[in-house]
Amino acid sequence: MSSTTPESAYWQGLRDAAPFVLVIAPFAVVFGVVATEAGLSLLETFGFSALVIAGASQIAALQLMIDAAPLAIIIATALAVNLRMAMYSASLAPYLRGAPLWQRAVIAYLNVDQTYALSIARYEDEPELSLPARMAYFFGTATPVLPVWLSMTVVGAVLGNQIPPGLSLDFAVPIAFLAIVAPMLKSLAHVAAALVSVVLSLALLWVPMNAGLLIAALAAMCTGALIETLMGRRAP
Amino acid sequence: MTFSALEVWVLIGAIGVGTFALRFSFLGLSGDRPFPDWALRLLRYTPVAVLPGLVAPLVFAPTGPDGGADPARLIAAAVTLGVGVWSKNALGAIIAGAVAFYGLGAVLGA
Repeated sequence: MSSTTPESAYWQGLRDAAPFVLVIAPFAVVFGVVATEAGLSLLETFGFSALVIAGASQIAALQLMIDAAPLAIIIATALAVNLRMAMYSASLAPYLRGAPLWQRAVIAYLNVDQTYALSIARYEDEPELSLPARMAYFFGTATPVLPVWLSMTVVGAVLGNQIPPGLSLDFAVPIAFLAIVAPMLKSLAHVAAALVSVVLSLALLWVPMNAGLLIAALAAMCTGALIETLMGRRAP
Repeated sequence: MTFSALEVWVLIGAIGVGTFALRFSFLGLSGDRPFPDWALRLLRYTPVAVLPGLVAPLVFAPTGPDGGADPARLIAAAVTLGVGVWSKNALGAIIAGAVAFYGLGAVLGA
């Protein structure tokens, strides 16, 4: 029997997640700034962050809005960026089985990169953790993440209205994405997938409605999975 | 921007609902349904499959002074990527990339 109570698990989750505030805040600010530059109102920008809570997909959607892509393509691309969330859901599910449905729904809403990564690591480290302690730990990790994400989005949106247009803020998007992707390039399969994505997306720029990116992404995913299979090992 | 307020909210709502569906998918099932291995394998590569393709046209865009790619953007992109791979630190990579981009912009008179 684990000695970790739900209450101590909650505080532990909160403490573990606190440093991630430093990572989340700049992305939220970048999103807020770029959203206002793209013409979104403060309410639309805030609603975007509150309903989606996934910076990369939000910024991807903004970039395609700036490119005037069709709505269906923007939605499909943003959801493609978030496909990994289904993997998070699949990997959390066995640990949270038996919790009330509404609590699992709240966890799903809060299931973002940081809360997932911290929680799954904790669950694997301490298999004897009780179900209430697991739930409490997850809610603990979400406690600093969500308010910072939302408040810094607003800060970015307010800042965006004051920044002079000559500052080439459009380059904030590539820098933010490269910074997200770079630490993920941890195996040959990941590097190969990224290269296929770059080469094909450039080669398919002629495809109408920005659909080339989706084709490139699909081919890149298959490349990564294929190389992983050929190398005969599973990435961490 | 060419989108009406209604279109913007449709977009936000659709991405929000779709993302929640992805997050809830397996948490919502009560049965013991294992995720197929090949699907996990594909999903693992979604971020590195989508984001580089989105970035590439922005980095190589012909916005440079001679109508080609902008050297400040190319170098700043390389710096961001290099610092990110080396340090595994997204925040450090952003700062390095921003310093490179605006520093070079000042030097090159962009």
